[in-house]
Amino acid sequence: MTGSIMDTFFEECEELLEAMDAGLAAIEEGDQDAETVNAVFRAVHSIKGGAGAFGLDELVAFAHNFETVFDDVRSNKLELDEKLIQLLFRASDHLSDLVTCARDGGQVDSAHHDVLIKALAEYIDEDEEELVFEPMGVGAAFEPAALPLLDAVEEEVTYDIRFHPLKEMYATGNEPYFLFQALSDLGELSVSLDENELPGFDAMEDGENYLSWELSLTTLKPRSSIEAVFEFVEGLCELSITTDGDAEAEVDALAALNAAFGVGSAEEENVVDVPLDQPAPEPVEAPALAEVETVEVPEVKSDQAAENTPVAKKDAAKAKSAGPKPTLRVELDRVDKLINAVGELIINHSMLAQQIANLDASDTRDVETELEGFKTLARDIQEGVMAIRAQPVKPLFQRMARIVREASAATGKSAKLVTVGEATEVDKTVIERLADPLTHILRNAVDHGIETPEDRAATGKDKAGEIHLTAAHRSGSVCIEVKDDGAGLNRKKIRQIAIDKGLIPENAELNDNEIDNLLFLPGFSTASEISNLSGRGVGMDVVKNAVTKLGGRVNIASTPGRGSTFSIILPLTLAVMDGMVVSVAGHTMVVPITAIVETMRGNDDMINNLGADGTLLSIRGSFVPICDVASSLGLRGDTTNEPAGVYLLVETENGDRCALAVDDIHDQRQVVIKSLDGVCGNVPGVSAATILGDGKIAMILDPESIVTASSSAAVFDTDRRMSNAIAS
Amino acid sequence: MKTKVLAIDDSRTIRNLLAACLEEAGFEYFSAVDGREGVDKYSDIDPDVVITDINMPNLDGFGVLEELRGDGINSKVPILVLTTESAADMKARARAAGATGWITKPFDDESLIFALKRVTGAAA
Amino acid sequence: MQLQAEAKHVDHSEFVSFTVASQAFCLKITQIREIRRWQPVTVLPHAPADVLGVMNLRGAVIPIYDLSARFGLEQTDASERNVVIVVSVHDKPVGLLAESVSEIISIDPDDIQETPQVDSRNTMDFIQGIISQNDEMVRIINLDAVISSPEQVAQ
Repeated sequence: MTGSIMDTFFEECEELLEAMDAGLAAIEEGDQDAETVNAVFRAVHSIKGGAGAFGLDELVAFAHNFETVFDDVRSNKLELDEKLIQLLFRASDHLSDLVTCARDGGQVDSAHHDVLIKALAEYIDEDEEELVFEPMGVGAAFEPAALPLLDAVEEEVTYDIRFHPLKEMYATGNEPYFLFQALSDLGELSVSLDENELPGFDAMEDGENYLSWELSLTTLKPRSSIEAVFEFVEGLCELSITTDGDAEAEVDALAALNAAFGVGSAEEENVVDVPLDQPAPEPVEAPALAEVETVEVPEVKSDQAAENTPVAKKDAAKAKSAGPKPTLRVELDRVDKLINAVGELIINHSMLAQQIANLDASDTRDVETELEGFKTLARDIQEGVMAIRAQPVKPLFQRMARIVREASAATGKSAKLVTVGEATEVDKTVIERLADPLTHILRNAVDHGIETPEDRAATGKDKAGEIHLTAAHRSGSVCIEVKDDGAGLNRKKIRQIAIDKGLIPENAELNDNEIDNLLFLPGFSTASEISNLSGRGVGMDVVKNAVTKLGGRVNIASTPGRGSTFSIILPLTLAVMDGMVVSVAGHTMVVPITAIVETMRGNDDMINNLGADGTLLSIRGSFVPICDVASSLGLRGDTTNEPAGVYLLVETENGDRCALAVDDIHDQRQVVIKSLDGVCGNVPGVSAATILGDGKIAMILDPESIVTASSSAAVFDTDRRMSNAIAS
Repeated sequence: MKTKVLAIDDSRTIRNLLAACLEEAGFEYFSAVDGREGVDKYSDIDPDVVITDINMPNLDGFGVLEELRGDGINSKVPILVLTTESAADMKARARAAGATGWITKPFDDESLIFALKRVTGAAA
Repeated sequence: MQLQAEAKHVDHSEFVSFTVASQAFCLKITQIREIRRWQPVTVLPHAPADVLGVMNLRGAVIPIYDLSARFGLEQTDASERNVVIVVSVHDKPVGLLAESVSEIISIDPDDIQETPQVDSRNTMDFIQGIISQNDEMVRIINLDAVISSPEQVAQ
C-alpha cells in the first residue's frame, strides 16, 4: 500500500516540479502576481508535505529552506530581484534532483547541496529561522507534541479533572462528550455534571455556557496523555487536572500546556481578530527586473511582447477564471488500444465502402449516405482519441530552460531562453522523444552559437545571448524552432572539419546550405574543438536520426554574425498520415503527402539521359534527377529509359528536388501508421506500414531515404554539382 | 453506520495516505482536491467530520472554514485542519476561523485516529 | 483444460506436428497462437530470402518467415495449400510458413532424444530434440533459435 502511495507521491512530484518551473518562469518574465507566487510556494510545500510522510529527510529539509524563502517572497518581506530568481531556479533544479535521487536512489552532489542551502539561508531571517525552522526540523519536532500511549507509568493514578468549557469552544465544533469518550479510553472514568453555576432562566445569556463537569479518571497513563485529549480545547475552557491534593502540579501542568501551545491567553485575544481571509498581498511593485531587462535588451523585449504576451496572458486569464480543469488519469496502454481500435474502425469503413461499391445492387444511395455518416463519426472518434495523446510542449520547454541555464553556467556565457507557443499540443511520444534532440541543439546553441560576453560586447550585441524556442502548428505539422542570436555557423571551419574527417573531398564545391548540412553527417563531431559540453561524442547526426524516426526533418538556417535557426518539422500525430496510394512494380505503397510537391504523368519528352545511367526529368525548363522507386527498393532490375507512369516531385530536407518514378497513382487518403519497430529492423526506404481498405498491408515510403540511397554514391562527387546547378 | 470523513487536500499523496489510513480504520472516506470542491461536495456527503489542508488553490483551508462555519448551520461539524506548521499562530488562526482541531503533517495513523476520536468520539 | 481433465496425461506435453520441405517438425502447442491458411503477404524491400514479408493479423503487422528457407532448405513457393503458424516470440506474434499441419501429438518428455550430430550446422541450431512418431522422425523446433530477435529481419 505504502509503495503505491509513494509512487503517487513521485508522480505528483513531477507535476509539482513542472508547476514550480512554470511559476518561476512566469515570475522571471515579470509576472509576480500573488497567485503565481503562491502556486510556486504551494508546489514546494506539497513536495515537503509528501516527503515528510515518507521520511525523506534530505528532501524535506531542502524543501523547507526553499519554502521559507518563498514564504518571505509571498509576504513581500523579500524582493524578487534577478539574483534571487536565479537562486530560486537553481534551487528548483536541485529540488528536482533530490526528488529523482529519493525515487531512484543515488546521491546528490553534496557540495552543490550545501552551497544552495547556504545561499538560501542568507535570505532567511535569523529570528524567523529559529522560530519556524526549529520546530519544523526533521528530528524530534516532527513527532506529534503529545501522544497518548507514549510512556506509560507503572502505577495507577486517579486524576480529578474539572472542565468548564467557554462558549467559544462550541463555535469550534468541539463536544465535551467526545472528549470524555476519549478519556474513558485511558482508564476508569466517572463523570458528573456541575449545574451550580446555572443562573436563573432570565439571567441566561444567549450562547453562554454555564455547565461544568467534574471527572475522575483512574489510569496508568501519564498526565500528558490526559492533556493530549484536551489539546484542541486548550484556551477554550477552564481546565484543571489534579491528583490528590496536588495543587502545584496543576499550575505546572497548565504552564506546561501553555508553553507547549506557545500562546498565552492575552496574545490569543489578539489573534482572534485576524481576518478569516488570508491577508491580501500588497500589490507587487513593478519589478526591478523588468526594467533591467528592458534596458539591456530593448529590442528583444518588444519583439517578445508582441509574440508572446497575448497568448500567455490569455492562458493565464483562462487558468485563473476556470481553475484547473478536472482530469482523469488513464493508463497510456488503454489510450493506445483505443487508438488502434479506431484505426481499425476507419479501415473497416473503407473495406465496407469498397464492398458496397462492388455490390450488384441497383440503388445503394441510402446505404452510401449512412456510410458517410459512419465515416464522419469514425473520424470524430479518431480526432477525440488523438487529442487524448496530445499534450502541450510546455513541460518539455521548461526542462529546456534548465538545459540552457546549465550550459550557460558551464561555458561562462550568458544566455536566456525565451519560449513561445508553449501551449502547442503535440503527441506524447513525440514530446518524449524530442527531449534529447532539443537538449543537444540547445547545448550546441549555447556552446557554439552564443559568443562570450566580451565578444558580444565587441560586436555591439547585448552581453546576454538570447535563444528563442518556439513551437507552432503549421499546416498539418508541428514546427519546433531553436533560434539563437549568436555568431552563426562557422562554415569555413565546418568545411575544413569535414575535409579533415574525410567526409568530403578537398575540392568539393558546396553551397552554404550544403555546408550547413554537413553537421548532420555521421562522424562529424565537433568534440575536438570546444569544451566538454556539447561535444560528448554525439554529433548532430543523432539529432537528425531521432527526428527522422519521428517522421520529421531538421532544417538549418544561419546568417554569419546574426545567429542560427534549427527547425524541426514533425507530423502532428504518429498515428495517422495523409498519404498518396501508388503502385510500384505491382506492389501497393503509400507516399506521405507532405513530401510531395507535385505529381505528373510521365511522357517521352520529359526524360533526359545524363551520362551512362543518370536520368533527369525536365519540368518547365528545369531538370530534376529521377529516382526509380522500384529499383531503389530492389523490386525491379535496372532502370529502363522508358518513362514511368507517374512522377512524384519531392523535396528533400536540404531543399534538393527529386522525381520519384512510380507506376501509377490510385488514391489519396488518410492512413493509419503501423510502426515496423519490433516487427522487423530498419527497412531502407520504408518508414512504416499501413493497412489498406482490402486488409492488405502497404509500405509507407520514406522519400528522403529513397533519394539519399539512390544518390548517396554521387552525393559529393562532381556530378552532384552539375545536377544541383541544373536543378536550381 | 460508518463515520464519514471528508478530506480536502490538493496533494494526491496526502489524500492517498489519508484514504489508506481512514479506510483501514473503518471510516467512510470522501475527498476533494481543493477547498472549492470540498465546500461544493459538503452538503451531498454530509460528513461527520472534515479534514482540510490549509494551503490550497481556489479556496484555501481558511476559506473552507469560513464557508462552512459562516452560515451558522454547520457550527457543530468538527473540522480538523492539516498543517505542516506546528507554529502556534497557525493553530490560533485556524481556531479563530472555527477549526475544531489540527493534525500536524507528517502524521502517523495513530495521531490521526486519535484526533478524529477526540472530535467525533468515533473509535473508527 | 483437457490436460487437467485427464490426469494420466499430466506429464505429457502436446505438440503440433507439421511438414516443412517434406520433413516433419513440431512445436509445443502452448507456443502456437493460431494457424492460418496462407495468403499473399506484403513484401519487405531488401528483405533476406527467408523473410517473406508482413501480414495483417487483426490490425497488427506481423512478419512471416519461410521456415524452409530459414532451415537452409529450398525456398517454399507458397500457395493456398500452405499454412502460416502464428507463434509468440518475445511476446510478439510472428508467422511461420509451413507446408501443412499434420496432427496433435502427445509426447512424454522422456521420449525426447538429443539431436544426433549431423553435418548441417544450420539446421542443428534450430532443432532442440527429436522424437519418433509412427516410425517417423519428428524434429522439435527451438523457437528462440529460429527467431532470435525481431530486429534481425531485413538486416
